[in-house]
Amino acid sequence: MSGERTAIVERGSRTSIVVRGDARDVRFVRAMAAATGLEPPVAPGTTAHHLLDAVLWLGPDEWLVVSETQPGHALASRMQQALQGLHAAVIDVSDARVVYAVTGAHARDVLAKGCALDLHPRAFSLGQCASSLLAEVPVLIHQRSAEPCFELYVARSVGEYVRAWLRAAVREHLHASGGSSP
Amino acid sequence: MLLIPCPWCGPRDETEFTCGGEAHIVTPRAPEDLDDEAWGEFLYLRTNPKGRCAERWVHTHGCRRWFNVLRDTVTERILTVYEVGARPPQAGDD
Amino acid sequence: MTERNRLEAGGRIDRSHPLEFRFDGRSLTGYRGDTLASALLANGVHLVGRSFKYHRPRGVLGIGAEEPNALVQVARGAQTEPNVRATQLMLYEGLEASSQNRWPSLAVDLGGLADLASSWMPAGFYYKTFMWPARLWPFYERAIRRMAGLGRAPAAADPDDYDHMHAHCDVLVVGAGAAGLAAALAAARCGARVILADDQSEAGGQLLGERYEIGGRSALAWVSGAMAELRAMSEVRVLQRTTITGHYDHGYLIGCQVFREPGQPDPVGVPRQRLWKIRARRTVIAAGSIERPLVFPDNDRPGIMLAFAARAYCNRYGVRSGSRVVVVTACDDAYRTALDLAAAGVGIAAVVDLRPSGSGHLPRQVRARGIEVLIGQRIVGVRGRARVEALRTQSSAGGAIREIACDLVAMSAGWIPSVHLFSQARGELQFDERLGVFVPLGRLENVVCVGAARGTASLRGALQDGFFAGQVAAQACGLAGREEAQDIATVEPEEAPLDWRGIFGAASLGGRQFVDFQNDVTVDDVRLAVREGYDAPEHLKRYTTAGMGVDQGRTGNINVLALLAEARAEAMTTIAPTTFRPPYQALSFGAIAGALVGPLHAPTRKTPMHDWHAGRGAVFENVGQWKRPRHYPSAGETLQAAVDRECLAVRRGVAIADVSTLGNIDVQGPDAEAFIDRIYCTRMSALGIGRCRYGLMLRQDGMIFDDGIAARLGEQHYLVSTTTAGAASVFAWMEEWLQTEWPDLRVYCTSVTEHYAQIALSGPRSLELLGPLVDIELDAMPFMSMREARVAGVPARVFRLSYTGGPGFEIAVPAGRAYELWTTLFGAGERFGIIAYGTEAMHVLRAERGFIMVGHETDGSVTPGDLGFEGRLAMDKPFIGKRSLRRADLLRLDRKRLVGLLTQAPDCVLPEGAQLLDEPIDSPQSAAPVAMIGHVTSSYFSAHCARSIALGLVRGGQARLGDTLYAWVDGRAIEVTVTAPRFLDAAGKYAYG
Ligand SMILES: [Zn+2]
Repeated sequence: MSGERTAIVERGSRTSIVVRGDARDVRFVRAMAAATGLEPPVAPGTTAHHLLDAVLWLGPDEWLVVSETQPGHALASRMQQALQGLHAAVIDVSDARVVYAVTGAHARDVLAKGCALDLHPRAFSLGQCASSLLAEVPVLIHQRSAEPCFELYVARSVGEYVRAWLRAAVREHLHASGGSSP
Repeated sequence: MLLIPCPWCGPRDETEFTCGGEAHIVTPRAPEDLDDEAWGEFLYLRTNPKGRCAERWVHTHGCRRWFNVLRDTVTERILTVYEVGARPPQAGDD
Repeated sequence: MTERNRLEAGGRIDRSHPLEFRFDGRSLTGYRGDTLASALLANGVHLVGRSFKYHRPRGVLGIGAEEPNALVQVARGAQTEPNVRATQLMLYEGLEASSQNRWPSLAVDLGGLADLASSWMPAGFYYKTFMWPARLWPFYERAIRRMAGLGRAPAAADPDDYDHMHAHCDVLVVGAGAAGLAAALAAARCGARVILADDQSEAGGQLLGERYEIGGRSALAWVSGAMAELRAMSEVRVLQRTTITGHYDHGYLIGCQVFREPGQPDPVGVPRQRLWKIRARRTVIAAGSIERPLVFPDNDRPGIMLAFAARAYCNRYGVRSGSRVVVVTACDDAYRTALDLAAAGVGIAAVVDLRPSGSGHLPRQVRARGIEVLIGQRIVGVRGRARVEALRTQSSAGGAIREIACDLVAMSAGWIPSVHLFSQARGELQFDERLGVFVPLGRLENVVCVGAARGTASLRGALQDGFFAGQVAAQACGLAGREEAQDIATVEPEEAPLDWRGIFGAASLGGRQFVDFQNDVTVDDVRLAVREGYDAPEHLKRYTTAGMGVDQGRTGNINVLALLAEARAEAMTTIAPTTFRPPYQALSFGAIAGALVGPLHAPTRKTPMHDWHAGRGAVFENVGQWKRPRHYPSAGETLQAAVDRECLAVRRGVAIADVSTLGNIDVQGPDAEAFIDRIYCTRMSALGIGRCRYGLMLRQDGMIFDDGIAARLGEQHYLVSTTTAGAASVFAWMEEWLQTEWPDLRVYCTSVTEHYAQIALSGPRSLELLGPLVDIELDAMPFMSMREARVAGVPARVFRLSYTGGPGFEIAVPAGRAYELWTTLFGAGERFGIIAYGTEAMHVLRAERGFIMVGHETDGSVTPGDLGFEGRLAMDKPFIGKRSLRRADLLRLDRKRLVGLLTQAPDCVLPEGAQLLDEPIDSPQSAAPVAMIGHVTSSYFSAHCARSIALGLVRGGQARLGDTLYAWVDGRAIEVTVTAPRFLDAAGKYAYG
């Protein structure tokens, strides 16, 4: 397991829009595709992505549209317009969460210290997402790459706590393989 | 620590869920027509069975969906999960 | 110092790495690979502790987790850990250990006088003796506690790190002995994700202490081959020094891994212990077995050891535990001890067999070596106190007593399967007549016991068990089994059966025959308990304390139950053993807490302005997980002085507060109006767009659940605010109703608490301050309204409302821009003398106005009527809890209802929670019980009113206006006057001045 350095990267807040709607309604799916370039994924725990934008499954009628390129209000109002007339909701929550990335050879071991999800490749694959708990804090985990890289979305208010927890959790791997923490 | 199969997210630790008590308690259509005793019974009385028990659970720290769980309170076996509003599966069909 | 009992060669210790350590202050040496027990024995130290109750000298009995006697205290500086098993403590350089439960020293222990008095201290002694007179019990208890107990608890904080680790697998194998290794290999070869957890420092289990062969080579060579294969497989995780200690529902198991011993320095930054939380689809329990002691007079003397332990110290650690050995046995297996020790050059005085014959291949080999074998014996006692000197035996038919000089007695009554983890998971046990012990009855769903843990006596059987179970487990996980032609031929002729019925000495023998070494429970204690009626295993256990020590009676329980059956004159099959419960092995608090200690103890939530507050010297209070500024004291200022200053700023000038922690829920959809009306007991549908209204939420039982403001953002769009503590539960409550009761309502609720930060500007000058900074006409905003605006360039929602009951605004902005806006507002306010105010001032200010606070004026048993909200209930619409408000009990006139309370002395601030009485009483002793007619819910000193104010719930409520009541405070009745629950008049002045 000498692979990539294990690291914790602070990625700050990110454009995030909660979308509620009915994925069985083809008009909803089309409107979403028109506004975001992405169709909302229907299978639990899956995502759709295009370059630096993605739609993460949160629930059977709930998604999180995230973007690293577009400002929240612009994306939200474009989606609102596209979904006009449908029973759907678009709520800009770009300031609600902060994002941490856990990457490298021991990423799974770091997360396993506080998260009961089975993140083994047989159980959790590239591109999957899951809402769960990390160190007793609600977290949305998204596997961004096979490296592996896991992005953690946590509430802004607990950001500092989660950072401190991650720092402690990665410590033993810093000695071993020279990783880094924020 | 139970492993509860969320109908959406799959099996997750019990700590992600909240139990909402006995399932299939029908809210009276016209509460105003009930006398105090009948209303009190609806509010407070539960069967608390030993053995098969239908319960409501919500995946609080996951998809936030409510669903029903048929659980054996003696063995802790979860016999099945099914959606809110559906009828409980008949005894015997595990 | 030389180790006089270390053999010249042999064992699995690393003789190139000598280690120095200290025991009771003596400097000793051992080797890497030793346990403290093996190193002590190598140095000729047998006496390692004093027993719990009688303070009898005790030596090492076993070699692993079963050890009841060799519990030591390990210390380094201020750090200390009690009750460490010397048989599991891996020796390290500089280890400092000491014996426990002795004073002044191990050799001279005054507590040992208890032993002489012990015929006066039978089972139940404490219950019988110290119960009268009852008031002296605290005195007795102190004295007893000083005498009893084992080690000393540490006084200082634990300096070590610990952590937790979740793990998932297809197959968990507990135990890396022969059966466990076979199971792990079989499962892993099928491609299963395997966790192999083993409590020892290296794999091999019992094989480590034996001289067995597998497939024509040494068993340990087979073990290393198996381990090499397992370690090479990517889906196999081997956890050495990991005790699986709890087995819970649905394949959830807890294990504790030890990386460092107590007091051992940390060279690499790993935690000292790690708690594993394992979710296994299938579990194979290969936990082995524990040897069963024999019961005879003074069977607890140092130098009396389990037979396997005696040969394993020799085979594994190269230690001769004695120089003249007697083996006492009721089974063939213990003859191996005679053979192995003799092969190592240790003198064997005799083998004493309790059975009428000893004719198997092992007894034959022993005789062939010229060792005397006595059969049909019973042990009548031993000679020696601090160390056994001779064994006294006679024919079970009677006759002369023979004394055999020895310094080590190796005893065996067969083997006890380690069924703990099976039983913890509700596995049923049944008594096996042949083995004389309880074995698993059938199998559990997803759990199976293999090898010695299910009573399989032979090595061949253990290997077969393991391979089969491993393969079946993998197949059950959907993995294809690989063809296995495993050659596991072992040389194992039949052994003669155990005679477990003959293992107890007669009652007439005298001397104490111990069944539970750690808790000093004797055969007489058990028999006495049964005579006194404690003849159910559960009662017997609690009355005698048998099995209740830190070793959980691993060696003793089976003998206690067998004695019980004998005393009840019933078959063992009628005895149901007490249920095994987690933990199998005690966990340290450090391991349970893991990394969640100190600043990580619990999640902490901070608002975007947190650093500003901290920089201004705010004193924080915890509100749920939130850190909220309670007040901002200037240098040297008291809490009250700071709160007075903050309150007056709000009433007279302008002040700013961080209210970001309040919950915010976005509610939208075509049926939002109907939904909001059902959630609140007040009418919300009448709200115009841009208007806000205060409302209460009730539970189905009519009790107040939360309060807050609803703002109408659009025709089908509301924003609901909640209390800080209620944010999550109100959101969950709304979702519950929408999903389970009203799925027809087209409404979406989304928590936006974290997206917005909210700032309150309060006081008569707030308009002046804010006006120039916004792009809307604030003057045009009516009270209780909301407008979208830009505040100092930041997009915001401006609310004209206040929780302090005076003029004010609340401004909600995206959290990422809140700090910037806060500092802008504060800067702009400086010319008005702005200061920040905290939660304590908020509470005082709202109480002056009589605004209730959920959790103070409500406690889950308070209705809107109790708080005087009847007039605002919208009874002409459906809402949650409505029907309950008509219940007769909730309409009673004598319910506790909200009032104001004023003390006679203006500076007397009642404590919150104080009980209210109708009559004054002088002292608690003076009178008959008095009815408590209410209590104080909120109480403060109000600088604005220049006196103390309080709110309370009192029977009859407003009907008591003007009455004098008495608050019972610290044994004193304080006179209070009932007022309306508000202290300011319409102009904002003190109303009763
Ligand atoms: Zn779910």
